[in-house]
Parts: sequence; structure tokens; C-alpha cells
Amino acid sequence: MWDYTDKVKDHFFNPRNVGEIDKPDGVGEVGSLACGDALKLTFKLDQKGRIADAKFKTFGCASAIATSSVLTELIKGMTVDEAAKVTNKDIADYLGGLPEQKMHCSVMGREALEAAIENYRSGGQKKHELEGKVVCTCFGVTENEIKRVIRENDLTTVEQVTNYCKAGGGCGGCQGEIEKILEEIQGDKAGQVYETPPRWAGRLTNVQKIQLIQQTINEQIRPALRAHGGNIELIDVEGDKVIVAFRGMCAQCMLTEFTMKDVVEAKLREFVSESLYVEEETDSSKQPHKHRG
Amino acid sequence: MKTIYFDNNATTKVAEEVLKEMKPLFCELYGNPSSMHTFGGQVGRKIRRAREQVAALLGCDPAEVIFTSGGTESDNAAIKGTLAALPDKRKVITSRVEHPAVLQLCQGLENHGYTVAEIPVDKHGRLDLNELERQIDDDTALVTIMYANNETGVIFPVEKIAEMTAGKAVVFHTDAVQAVGKIPLNLSKSHIDLLSISGHKLHAPKGVGVLYVRKGTRLAPYMLGGHQEGGRRAGTENVPGIVGLGKACELAAKNIKEENQKVKYLRDKLETAILQNCPDCRLNGDKDNRLPNTSNISFEYIEGEAILLMLDKFGICASSGSACTSGSLEPSHVLRAMGVPFTAAHGSIRFSLSRYNTEEEVDYTIDKMPEIVNKLRELSPFVPK
Repeated sequence: MWDYTDKVKDHFFNPRNVGEIDKPDGVGEVGSLACGDALKLTFKLDQKGRIADAKFKTFGCASAIATSSVLTELIKGMTVDEAAKVTNKDIADYLGGLPEQKMHCSVMGREALEAAIENYRSGGQKKHELEGKVVCTCFGVTENEIKRVIRENDLTTVEQVTNYCKAGGGCGGCQGEIEKILEEIQGDKAGQVYETPPRWAGRLTNVQKIQLIQQTINEQIRPALRAHGGNIELIDVEGDKVIVAFRGMCAQCMLTEFTMKDVVEAKLREFVSESLYVEEETDSSKQPHKHRG
Repeated sequence: MKTIYFDNNATTKVAEEVLKEMKPLFCELYGNPSSMHTFGGQVGRKIRRAREQVAALLGCDPAEVIFTSGGTESDNAAIKGTLAALPDKRKVITSRVEHPAVLQLCQGLENHGYTVAEIPVDKHGRLDLNELERQIDDDTALVTIMYANNETGVIFPVEKIAEMTAGKAVVFHTDAVQAVGKIPLNLSKSHIDLLSISGHKLHAPKGVGVLYVRKGTRLAPYMLGGHQEGGRRAGTENVPGIVGLGKACELAAKNIKEENQKVKYLRDKLETAILQNCPDCRLNGDKDNRLPNTSNISFEYIEGEAILLMLDKFGICASSGSACTSGSLEPSHVLRAMGVPFTAAHGSIRFSLSRYNTEEEVDYTIDKMPEIVNKLRELSPFVPK
């Protein structure tokens, strides 16, 4: 069971400002049913430009609901400029803290607020859109968002980034990229979470190469695909060409090509040899141990 | 506040009768059954009796019962022990909806050169038997399929699968942790080779279990370092646990029919009322082929953890397949394998009953559920206007 503060419990069981404001000045909608949480925030300004009323509707766990409720209380009375400065940390602090794995709820609160402000400033035109490069395709998290949670919360590990914005928590395929972003921002402070085996020094015999490819698939690639209900099998190695077959969910996944280049080939090049390239076995659908579902 | 415990697939209350049997084994009869003195020897007799009690429930020979530390150990011992005994075969067949004790173990085997086939299920959680039969080949060492699913309660046709494998000289293991005590068994008439039991799912304490090993099944021991359990499971016996499990099996054997009727009546009453009183909810799993105690219901537009906390406020204990309850970001692998939409998986609640539940508790929950669902739906941005 989660260790929630009394304040979180209070705002969950007795949420404040539930609903939607009629003709609001700003609307912010973030998250989705598929992601497991979503928040719609609406606010109205008074004549002096202060937030007179704010309301929310939230789909999600107890901390998502409590965070939304607290957010509406927090911003009431603020000017739009003041509200724009509210960070996810402010929201979490106001609740007396959140469990680490639930910090993404506070980030969702801040994102909804930002989206609502953006909507207001554009005269009700602009809806929340993802800006910049999407790093985590599972949860649709952009590079900008990841950088922001790292800076605002002084994060140093991939696990923390996942806790704060979900990035890296699905298939895990983008964890390497998150690590690079961490290093870029935090430099030496960035924690090494994933052990990197030493690059093979010198020339490999064919047997050594094949073993190393198999080992890399086992340790580096399969767990990421597994997380998504997929799988991979090494079929053959011909010189620098590595032939693999995708199984399970991967076999029918639209992102197979992406997985191929960005995950499989990248990892094999990183751990075995720069000259490797990967091809998918063409008649893999005829394999006897195929399990499509 | 009174606790209403509807989470019996997670763990159960130790029966008072079981505790009574166990008590003297801590401070009075604490001897080691392996010792040469009478003091220890009398403990050995208690274990023998427990073995007979377990065998009676399973319909097998007492010599086919090995005591372990629980369901997870039994699963590990069965799978690893079979593969060690059949080193030339490199394929394992399992299902997509197994308990992690089996699924994660099988997935780990892939890194050791094994091919693992995971048999899919349909939207009702029913196993694709044609695919299973197709997968069994000469290279297959083991088929491991659960008896009944812990999340949905769906029962698999394990006897049929056992027959399939018997004809092909493949070992068949079933994780029957959720089934034993709820489904009558007669293993002497079955082709099942290996079967796992966990004590704490049938009103015995945690930390004790059984692996049934049919006579003639080749199995390499998993725990080494002692002669206990006929050399098949080393380590000084968990005497109180074993004696408790024996008693729990005796109680289950005696009451299984009558209890199941009562439990099923309560489960059906709870389920029917919830499905009737709360709009936009759905039952997960094959309605007609389920454990009598389990009901898994998805509530659209709301999230499982929030529902659990609301239930908790009324003293009602249940569980959820939502991502938030596990600390991971993805919902239950069982519901996903069944193709339950993410939206419904996030809002799934499992009620699992036992002989200790009462009609009053069911009525109370029926009364509270719509209130909880409505309250959370008022907060949800997804409820259609």
C-alpha cells in the first residue's frame, strides 16, 4: 500500500473544486485513458487578472486526484504570471510530499496548468500539443519535458525520470537516450544505473562474435521487448549481417522498423562491433514456434 | 471498523483449527524430525500424518507429496528440476497469463538457450488449445500451465492438456495454487505429472507449500544439502507449517462441496448486483468456467487504485490490475493478454471470497459500490455527458 500523507488522503476523499467552468478563460487537458491518468483544468479570471475560480476533472489514482485538487486551491488568487511559475515541486510540497513513483502526478498537474495558461494566452485558440522531439513513444514524452523535470527536480537517474514523467517506464527502449539527456544536464552527477560491459577489445573470432551477439540480445535487447509483450530470436550471423526474427507482440508491431534500427542495431553496435547491421528474417512468419495472438 | 476481506486470492486467514494444530510445535514439540531420539521422532509422525492429509485432498499417494516453502518454490523446483533431468530437450511451453513465479522463470530460460512458447488466450481468458497442441514437438521438455488464473479465476482444461502431453512423453506441470481447495482433485486418475500448492491460499500459514510429483516423473532436486523429503527437497522441515497445511487440506477436503456452494452464492450475488447497479462495467474472464470465489470487474472511466482506496475507507479489502497499484506503469499482463482495453484494465477490481465471508458483508459492499463508482466518475473527465 502507498504511504500517502494525510493531506493527500484529505484531498482524495474530499476533493475541492471538482467540475468544469462554464466559458472558462483557460482550458488545459493532458494525459489520456490509455496512459492511466488524465486531467482537465479550467480557470476563470477576475477583472484584475487574478484567477478567480479553477476547477478540475481527473481520471487516475488517489495521488492524481489529490494533486489536481490541490492545484486548483494553489492557483486561486494568483495572476497568470504567478501561476506560470508554479512547479511540480510546489504542488508536491503543498501535499506534504508524494511517494517517489507517484511524482509524475505532480508533473501532470503542472503540465495541465501550463496548457491552460497557454490556451488563455492564445485567446482560447491553442490546445496542448507535444513540442519537440518525442523521446518516450510509449507515453508520448518529449525531450523538452524530460529536460525540464530533470532540472526542476534535480534528477540524476533514469528511474527518477520515469517516476517523474513516466518516460522510460513502458518498453524501456528510450532509457539509453534518457541517460544521455541526464549526462548532458547533470554531467558527472548523473548516476550510472545500467552497467555497461566493456567493449570487446581486439578482433573477435566468429564464435566469440556470435556468442557476444547472443549475450547482448539476452541482456540488453530482450528485456526491453519483453516489457511490451514482444520477443526476439537470433536466427543467424553472416559476416557483419545479423539476422533476427521478432516474436509475440513485436511481430505485429507497427514500430518494428524503429525497434530494429534504434534498439537492436544500436545495442549490437554498442556492445559488439560498430560494423554490424541487422536484418529481419523474411519468412519468419512461417516459423513453427510463432505465437501471434 | 470491521474488516471485510475480499482478497483471498492474495492470501487467506489461517483457520483457527489449523492454528490449534500448529501451536504445540513451537515451544513443546520443537524437536527435529531427523533426530534419533523419541522427542524428535514424534514430530516425524506428525509430518507423516500431514502428508497423508494432503494426499487425501489431492487423491494421490502420500509418497508423491513433497513439502516446500510455498508456491513459488514449488514452481521453481518443478520447472528447473524437469529441465535438469531432461538436458537434451530445449523447449518449454507456458501461457501468457501465468503467475510471475512461472512466467518470469520461463522468460529467464530464454537466456539459457531454451525456446519458450507462450500460448495466447482469447478475450474471455480461455487458452488456445489448438496452438498448444501445435507447439508440442520432440524438443519439448515441459508444458507448464496454471490450473486456474489468480486474477480472473478462469479455469484451464488441465486434464485435457495433461492427456495431450502424456501421449507425447512431455512432462506436464500445473501451478494449482488457486485451484486446490476450490476444485475437487483426483490425481490418481490424472496425467498431471507435477502440481504446485501454496499453503496460505487455503487457510494454512505462509511459508509452506507442496509439490506433487507423480510416481515415475524424472525430477532433479532443486534444493540440495540434506536427505529430507526422500532426498528430493533438502532442508529441515518447516514442521508447524507442514502440520498446519495438513490440517488445512483435511478441512478443505471435508467441506469443499458445501463451502463452494456458499462461496459461489455470495460471489454471484455480489457480482450480479454490482454489474446491475453500476453502469458501464464489465466482467473480465469466462463467466461459466471460473473459480467459485473470484470476480474481476472493470469499471469504465475510473482508475483501480482510487476505487481500492475508497473501498478501504469502508474496511473492504480487494485488489486491482491497474498499473498504479503495482508501482509499474502498465496494467495487468493477464488483462492485456486477454485484449481488455487499457481503459478497462486500469479500472479493474478483483473480489476474491472465502468460506469466512458472510452475506452481510456482501450486502454491505453491494450497498457501497455504486456510491464509490459515482463519486469517482463525478471527478472523471471521460464520462460521456
